[in-house]
Amino acid sequence: MKTKMRTGPFIILMILAIAVAIYTLMPFFLVVINVFKVNTSIVSNPVSLDGTSFAQLRQNLSNVINNSNFSFWTAFGTSLVITIVSLVLLAVFGGMAAWVICRNKTKWSTAIYMVFIASMIIPFQVVMLPLISTFRDVGEFVGLPMLQSIPGIVFAYLGFGGAMTVFILTGMVKTVPFDLEEAASIDGCSYEGIYFRIIFPLLKPSIVTVTILNGMWIWNDYLLPSLMLGQNGRVKTLPVAVQAFVGSYVKQWDLILTAALLAMVPMIIIFLIAQKQIMSGMVEGAVK
Amino acid sequence: MESAPPAKKVLSLVLLIGGVALLAASIAMDVARSSSGLRGPMLIVGILAVLAGLYFFPSQRRHRDLVNVIFLFPLLFTFAVTVIIPLVLGIFYSLTNWTGIQYTQFVGLANYAAMFKETSFLWSLLITILFVVVNMILVNVVGFLLALLCTSKLKGIGFFRAAYFLPNLIGGIVLGYVWQFVFNNVLIQLAGDGISLLSNTNTAFMAIIVVYIWQYAGYIMLIYVNGLVTVPGEVLEAAAIDGSSPVTTLFRIKIPMIASTITICTFLTLTSAFKQFDVNMALTNGTGSVQNFMGNYLTNGTQMLALNIYNTAISKNNYALGQAKAVLFFIILAIVSLVQVRISNKKEVEL
Repeated sequence: MKTKMRTGPFIILMILAIAVAIYTLMPFFLVVINVFKVNTSIVSNPVSLDGTSFAQLRQNLSNVINNSNFSFWTAFGTSLVITIVSLVLLAVFGGMAAWVICRNKTKWSTAIYMVFIASMIIPFQVVMLPLISTFRDVGEFVGLPMLQSIPGIVFAYLGFGGAMTVFILTGMVKTVPFDLEEAASIDGCSYEGIYFRIIFPLLKPSIVTVTILNGMWIWNDYLLPSLMLGQNGRVKTLPVAVQAFVGSYVKQWDLILTAALLAMVPMIIIFLIAQKQIMSGMVEGAVK
Repeated sequence: MESAPPAKKVLSLVLLIGGVALLAASIAMDVARSSSGLRGPMLIVGILAVLAGLYFFPSQRRHRDLVNVIFLFPLLFTFAVTVIIPLVLGIFYSLTNWTGIQYTQFVGLANYAAMFKETSFLWSLLITILFVVVNMILVNVVGFLLALLCTSKLKGIGFFRAAYFLPNLIGGIVLGYVWQFVFNNVLIQLAGDGISLLSNTNTAFMAIIVVYIWQYAGYIMLIYVNGLVTVPGEVLEAAAIDGSSPVTTLFRIKIPMIASTITICTFLTLTSAFKQFDVNMALTNGTGSVQNFMGNYLTNGTQMLALNIYNTAISKNNYALGQAKAVLFFIILAIVSLVQVRISNKKEVEL
């Protein structure tokens, strides 16, 4: 079995693999070549390289970035803040909850764990409409806006991401030997100190996994921010901004494709940097 | 720990009393309908002060329990407000004439009866089921074939895996617009007949399937690759020595050995295809004419369930009906999930 594949099948498979790769990458390629063109030449000849120039790319980028309907940097910043804050809080709070659930085998902890697991089948659609009215009421009660605000969205992501995060991290806490905690306790470590000094550092591999899974979801999510922030609200995440922008410039492909490119680039850069972790994280999340 | 340090005790008491006072004040302001902006921050600071006071409370025996509660609180609280309360309210609202803000009367199952009389909804239900079945088969077959390709001895496997997975990184809204461009501009140019695939309901539906497979097969492929590499090399070698052909090895050894992976992938594609929204919205927004479905002319030819629910509530402002559809959506998914858990439990017992 260790011998090399015969040349005939090898070439056929190689051609097949390359053909599929061309197919999967083609839309990206089309976006990239067309952002170098003016709209008329995009429409008249979308597949050729004629009419591409760096000057036009600069022009398209500045048209989109400086467009007040899009306000790219604000949307990008909003998405970045929401994603990073949600991910950090999910990791910290998720680890805390997972540890408590795992180390206290009471009726309560089991019940909480079961509710978390069961809630993973709840589709967003069934809670999205009452969610808005609940958040409006809670916001009015508390006196802080929960809708159209970044803290409100982070709050919602903690609620929706919590179950999966706790599920994956509980699996990891189980593998940490209890002896470690006892030893720390004997050495005078406080109960909460055990979590922050011993458990949390050991959870790192699983925290990477949940951060990747949650990060891909939160960064790309459209429905939740669009409902909570409104289509033309003051605060916009990147997907909401793209949707609102495209809606107001139908057929202006130079603007639309440039906006699409700007929305795709951050994710692709992160993928190029952390390709291995992202791909294995996505698989681990699914297999568990 | 007979006598706690007095400083800690004082701190704890101060925090507790201060916290309760702040909470009481903010609730009083709320009852009095004060418009002061301080109300919210006061409430939050009050809760934090009470929690901190409990944390510093000098009693060893209770300390563990307190830490447990404090550690569970953030996620449980957000989870209750974003999932549990809306779920319960949602099921209740589906039985009323809710307008998204308030309801005035209880209507029983009227919303459920109404949605089954709506032919456009039945059409959405039908094409969603069709979409799910087609994708469950196609995405798994394509993903599995790609996984075989990506576990063979080709050069540059790492590149191919990454390339096939790449579409899954980008959000459905952006991808939907990019593919709209591909269908409406690029393919028209190449075909030269000036008719977009998206302008006809049947071909537009197929277009959504094509985009979905393009986006999702790479992810499913990764999971199959993960399953295939766990098939032990000795087993494959033994099969090769016994003269098993590659096809026999595939069907008799590889596929049976990754049965659990197949279950996972089938379930994943099923739920994700069922919930499909972003690409549907960005690519066709559900449009497409249907000449005659149960005697009606429809204009929502490519509108799947998730988008139908969204449009019913948000665009047509019929929240109660939209919520009833969403509850049905949830019930279908819950049944499917339970069946899947049953099947995979049975399989694991057999193995």
